[in-house]
Amino acid sequence: MTHYLKSSTALLMALTIAGQATAQTMVTEIGDGEGQLNIVAWPGYLERGETSPDFDWITGFEEATGCMVNVKTANTSDEMVALMNEGGFDLVTASGDASLRMVAGKRVQPINIDLIPSWSTVDDRLKQAPWHYVDGIHYGVPYMWGPNVLMYSTEVFPEAPTSWDVVFKPMDLPDGQPNEGRVQAYDGPIHIADAANYLMFHQPELGIVSPYELNQEQYDAALDLLRGQRTIVSRYWHDAFIQIDDFKNEGMAASGTWPFQVNLLQGDNTPVASTIPQEGATGWADSTMMHAEADNPNCSYMWMEHSLASNLQADLSVWFGANPAVPAACTDGRGMQTAEGCTKNGLDDFERIKFWTTPVSACESQGECVPYYRWVSDYIGVIGGR
Amino acid sequence: MNRNSGPLGRISDALWRKPSLLIFLLILPPALWLGIIYLGSLFALLAQSFFSIDEFTGQIQYEWTLKTYGELFRPSNFDIIIRTVVMATAVTIGAAIIGFPVAYYAARYARGKWKAVFYLGIMMPLWSSYLVKVYAWKLILAKEGILNWLFETLHLSWLLEAYLSIPIIGGNSLSVSATGTFLVFLYVWLPFMILPIQASLERVPVSMLEASGDLGARPSQTFRHVLLPLALPGVIAGSIFTFSLTLGDYIIPQIVGSSRRFIGQAVYAFQGTAGNIPLAAAFAVVPILLMAVYLWIAKRKGAFDAL
Repeated sequence: MTHYLKSSTALLMALTIAGQATAQTMVTEIGDGEGQLNIVAWPGYLERGETSPDFDWITGFEEATGCMVNVKTANTSDEMVALMNEGGFDLVTASGDASLRMVAGKRVQPINIDLIPSWSTVDDRLKQAPWHYVDGIHYGVPYMWGPNVLMYSTEVFPEAPTSWDVVFKPMDLPDGQPNEGRVQAYDGPIHIADAANYLMFHQPELGIVSPYELNQEQYDAALDLLRGQRTIVSRYWHDAFIQIDDFKNEGMAASGTWPFQVNLLQGDNTPVASTIPQEGATGWADSTMMHAEADNPNCSYMWMEHSLASNLQADLSVWFGANPAVPAACTDGRGMQTAEGCTKNGLDDFERIKFWTTPVSACESQGECVPYYRWVSDYIGVIGGR
Repeated sequence: MNRNSGPLGRISDALWRKPSLLIFLLILPPALWLGIIYLGSLFALLAQSFFSIDEFTGQIQYEWTLKTYGELFRPSNFDIIIRTVVMATAVTIGAAIIGFPVAYYAARYARGKWKAVFYLGIMMPLWSSYLVKVYAWKLILAKEGILNWLFETLHLSWLLEAYLSIPIIGGNSLSVSATGTFLVFLYVWLPFMILPIQASLERVPVSMLEASGDLGARPSQTFRHVLLPLALPGVIAGSIFTFSLTLGDYIIPQIVGSSRRFIGQAVYAFQGTAGNIPLAAAFAVVPILLMAVYLWIAKRKGAFDAL
């Protein structure tokens, strides 16, 4: 209920604010720090050594700049959008399914990349990524990215499964038992994109160009695949820690997941491993974006530089099982990450990953696509067995 | 009489002379609270449900329409309503059946220290976090959890498997079945059923039960014709809690069960993720209507006398 109230308030605020024209000005020079910085971030993204003393990329920044960092964590992209709409924050680590909503809603301001010396070290594949680069303007600084991998129990699979088949189609797994009731799927409408990604490979005649841009026919095919999946999925995973529990206590054999859960389960000696099958995978790519009315622009720019130049890129990629936006962080020893670690997290698989974006009706690849709100209602139907 | 009185004294005099003014001033704050903050937000919600979402752009259209209510009757949405109502009914009946004997014992037989123990035992689960209890139940019901182990040790696994193979109420394991959701709901809301029943049972005079026995009624007849009718308001009061709490919950079905949505989850998904506020509002109206009907029936049965 508090969620509901919060979101309603946020919506009301958004409606009020949307009515006003927001000046789209860009910072042209960095002055002295304002003494503090307010950031909305994913859990685990901003560590100051409190969870584990080895993982700290805030203290150094605070000492160097005098900008005290206040972190507000958000669990979903929707919460992030709501918090940014409320205001009072300077920066947000937004995923691709939130970033464009905030650009469209004029909640974030253009970034002057000339003020960020380390911009040149950013992965070339991310510099002009469509989830933060809109109409020739930069709205974000790449932060971290990672794939949605296929996790499997090594007791059930002696060798890594080569296809997402195992979670989409009823079949017998290598241990001779059917997969019914032993696989999971993500409990979010964005999972429809995983089905579309699977169809891109197996039914090329549908002509899917991007799993986030589906016309009615392609969309229906994806839903049909998911309806079949419903018969073999006993529970859809929503919370990372519930999924971890299910792999320990419910005898799960395979599921799409984040590297985060794989790392935690392996750290706990649960026999699991992960792979990116032949169809490729969906994934997330986050960018640091700056609020349109940020109170602390100077500290914000200092942080954006810090996020690229410091141990953050290397240590966070170890901590979260993700890939740094600055590839040099894998090898130059600024933190704990190594070339092998990056390869394990999927650094070389960039081309095989389709990054989360919000499906919109006016899509690029074809005239008209099924918009996100229908993904939401139809996915509820699929889970309900319709 | 002409005692010198300051402004406070004069206010006091005025309030004494006009009691209606005093009452007005006393009632004003709660009335504002109820009227503006509570009812106001409720009506804002209701108003949203009469708007609709544009099929193509996903923008909300601020024109009065009943289209959104029509969408509630689409099979996938109607399923959610039916599922929630059936679950709420089942939980209520289950809680009444389990709660009645417990309340009866606590009201009739527990004395002194034992009475306190009973109260504590019933209230204790309310002290720990709701989430902790639900997660604990997830572990109890898991495929490799305590209950399964118990069935295995007793060589009764076949029984559990036979039960779980029943469609709708069964599933791959207890924690992913509708039965699991039911058990957790039952556990979490049970105290809300026991306490009102106990209150109403304590008000039933023992002499009536004795009189019934003296007149030759068998215990079952006494129960059916004397005790139950007299305790019914308590049962109904308890059922209001269990029914409405189950109707609105959106956390338990997310952690335990088959991931099939309940009304609360649908509201959360539609307003938070989809931005489809009108449909979320229409969904939120369903429990309000159901509870209005339920309360009206409960009132006629005199349930509010036992609260």
